[in-house]
Amino acid sequence: MDLLTWTGSFGTILNPLAMAAVAVFFLAFLANFAFAIAGIRPGEVEVNADGTMVLHKTPSDFALSAMRYAVLLFLACCIGYVIGGIVMSDIEQKGILGAVGQRFVPVWIALIVTFVVSIMFKSRLGLYGKLFDSPIGMVGFGLVMFWVFTALFSSLVAPFDALDQISALRNDVPGTPTPDGEAYSHYLFGGDRLGRDVFSRMVLGSTYVLQIAPLATLFAFMVGITLGLPAGYFGGKLDTGLTFVANLVLAFPVILLFYLLVTPEIVTAGVPQYMSMVLFLFPIIFLTVLFNSRFHTQPQIRNVLVAITWVIGFTAYFSLISNADDPDGAIRFWPEAVDLFDIEGNLLIVFVSVVFVNSPTVFRIVRGITMDVKTRDYVSAATTRGEGPWYIMLWEILPNARGPLIVDFCLRIGYTTILLGTLGFFGLGLSPESPDWGSTINEGRRLLTIYPHPALPPALALMSLVLGLNLLADGLRDESLRD
Amino acid sequence: MGTFILRRFGVMALTALCLPFVVFFLTNLYPNLEKLAKSQANPRMTDEEVASWLDRNGYGGPLLIRYGEWLGVAPGWTLEDEETGEITGRCIDFDTPADVAPAFCGLLQGDLGFSTVSDEDISAFIGERLGSTGVLMFWAFALMVPSALLVGVLAGMREGSRLDRSLSAVSLASTAKPENVSGVIFIVFLASSTAGISSTLTEWGWLGGEGWLGDRNTLFLGSARSALDDGVNFWNFFLPVFTIALYGMGYIARMTRASMAEVMTAQYIRTARLKGQSFRNIVLKHALRNALIAPFTVIMLQFPWLLTGVVIVETLFNYNGFGWTLVQAASNNDIELLLACSIVAVFVVLVTQLISDIGYVFLNPRIRLA
Repeated sequence: MDLLTWTGSFGTILNPLAMAAVAVFFLAFLANFAFAIAGIRPGEVEVNADGTMVLHKTPSDFALSAMRYAVLLFLACCIGYVIGGIVMSDIEQKGILGAVGQRFVPVWIALIVTFVVSIMFKSRLGLYGKLFDSPIGMVGFGLVMFWVFTALFSSLVAPFDALDQISALRNDVPGTPTPDGEAYSHYLFGGDRLGRDVFSRMVLGSTYVLQIAPLATLFAFMVGITLGLPAGYFGGKLDTGLTFVANLVLAFPVILLFYLLVTPEIVTAGVPQYMSMVLFLFPIIFLTVLFNSRFHTQPQIRNVLVAITWVIGFTAYFSLISNADDPDGAIRFWPEAVDLFDIEGNLLIVFVSVVFVNSPTVFRIVRGITMDVKTRDYVSAATTRGEGPWYIMLWEILPNARGPLIVDFCLRIGYTTILLGTLGFFGLGLSPESPDWGSTINEGRRLLTIYPHPALPPALALMSLVLGLNLLADGLRDESLRD
Repeated sequence: MGTFILRRFGVMALTALCLPFVVFFLTNLYPNLEKLAKSQANPRMTDEEVASWLDRNGYGGPLLIRYGEWLGVAPGWTLEDEETGEITGRCIDFDTPADVAPAFCGLLQGDLGFSTVSDEDISAFIGERLGSTGVLMFWAFALMVPSALLVGVLAGMREGSRLDRSLSAVSLASTAKPENVSGVIFIVFLASSTAGISSTLTEWGWLGGEGWLGDRNTLFLGSARSALDDGVNFWNFFLPVFTIALYGMGYIARMTRASMAEVMTAQYIRTARLKGQSFRNIVLKHALRNALIAPFTVIMLQFPWLLTGVVIVETLFNYNGFGWTLVQAASNNDIELLLACSIVAVFVVLVTQLISDIGYVFLNPRIRLA
């Protein structure tokens, strides 16, 4: 079998079209720029005396619509490649793009279903529904959901396992056919230094990022909220002390903190266990206080809710921090019978450091918002009603601070993704064989100028996910401001 | 004003005392010391041998006292060998024998000790590396700050306009690219002889041999190492500088845009507009000064982030600067060098925080005159 071309048999029609679209876009962009300098502005709507409206089109308007159509044409070509890949039966005709598009079929279906359902019911979905009113938010949401679904269906999408090696295909270019009898006929994005499939590793790497980043961000928010609310609400010595500690952590350059924390020696010393002991306590405290402050006048409901929180929370907590199997583990008292899961020291330290780095920033944001919101009338009303301080913080201030917090949550997941990529880039934390994007970039960069293809897919994947999260946050900000 | 600066200095001094201690604590954890002992003496030492080696080399005492020695507020350790009578100590080395050695030698005396891997004097070593990084940082700032401010002001002066939307999109995209991603992408597209633009240009005959762009094989160099030996030029330095600048640029531009947009809605701008000032005048004379207060703080606080960027870029482009040294020190378990690097990093962060706080007060007349 031959090397695959990028666009397959559809390319003969679609390639010139796509190229033309790009060329038109750039020409129109330059023309637009020239018009702007020459002082030709886009036409404005004029209202006539009889109530009709007239729009005089200027050359600038034509350049703008040319740009818009060029973008649409280009997108149509991209969709054409994917549909072509799904329709065509022979892989030589699909080309690399078509074959990749076909591997992602489960993701496309899930994306289309999500969008159709969401747009149908968007008026009933609150802030989430409003997202579908803003194009930026929709693009961001689409990018993020693409990677979420890729992570969910990664075993269907990826043709090979992350560690499968075909030594004949070391550093081979994209589209190289695999020997007979392998799981899939081609290495779509080529082979890496050890002859593993770059495409499969990129797809499987998404699971690492999408497991760690949102969860770590959530924990950072729990810590930041639990400490930031009282600091902002009570002020005084508590505030001074907590702010000092937060600034202390923030003054550490992130990379230095990682180098100090994420080393095998630190893991042997048990530091991740001790840190997780402190950090993972916060979600339990948060939920307990949350339920207690709301239902302390109805002890029965309160007791049930707090009991559920404690049973689930502490089982998970002790399962997480105690590791009976590990002879070097610092904390090993939790009986194996109720130890639900063990987390490898390396993964735990990555998780803990990411939470640790993010919490102070969340703390500062929550503290700032609390100081602002606590002067509002509804807070005084609650105080007059005789509500306790924790009720006011958690049930009056926090819900009213949700807009900026949700936006920051999205941005922070993106930032956490970048942090994870940085950790992997320096070979810290996860094992070097793991397919996560940071480690793969690190692996590929050694031979970058000669074999660029192994490092590029994970880099673009990381970029698109972070870009999607940033766009989503932007869309959410616009929509929540409009509330 | 005076009390404000005094209080800031107090907090900073406390931070400056706490942070190095954390670093000292983390680098001097027992497993680190054990690894050091095994790499210095003998990889197959028993636990007792490790303990005695650590005692003999001054790593044995209580942590706080050793921290004091390292800071230079406690006298350095000395030890007399019972058999030979030879005196060793923290402040005693080849050039300064025991009888002339000072009692204190630590950070306050400007003595950062010697690298445990290469035996070089750390103060001189770090100074040289910092110089190299300074050059990189200078160019990155020279590129980043003006372009970020320009983009931010242009985008913010007419909020919601087409120019605003396209510039905001550009800055959003640039913040979505961490240095390791954009560095890889730039190398592939601009500095690889087998892919991207360089190979296309070579095919066209513009690059390499007789090409009018020069006889190089690639448009830019993927390694900045030659910048250290042959001096900085556009070809070997543009990619690392641009990679660092790009990530920070988006952030500063967004902050500038927000600040500019806020200023443009202020009452006094409306007054200026109503009295018939031209838009150019309003932006340049009235809005710009006030709009640049917030970005100043952001630019200063950008330093700690740039430090991460510098470490990534120096590793990726193989440039022997401060970041590269930090990575080497950390991966070789070079405790003394890592400590020194941390101190420099923490110092840079604290000073920039202080400058940003004081600068904010000086720039903002509402606070300055209050």
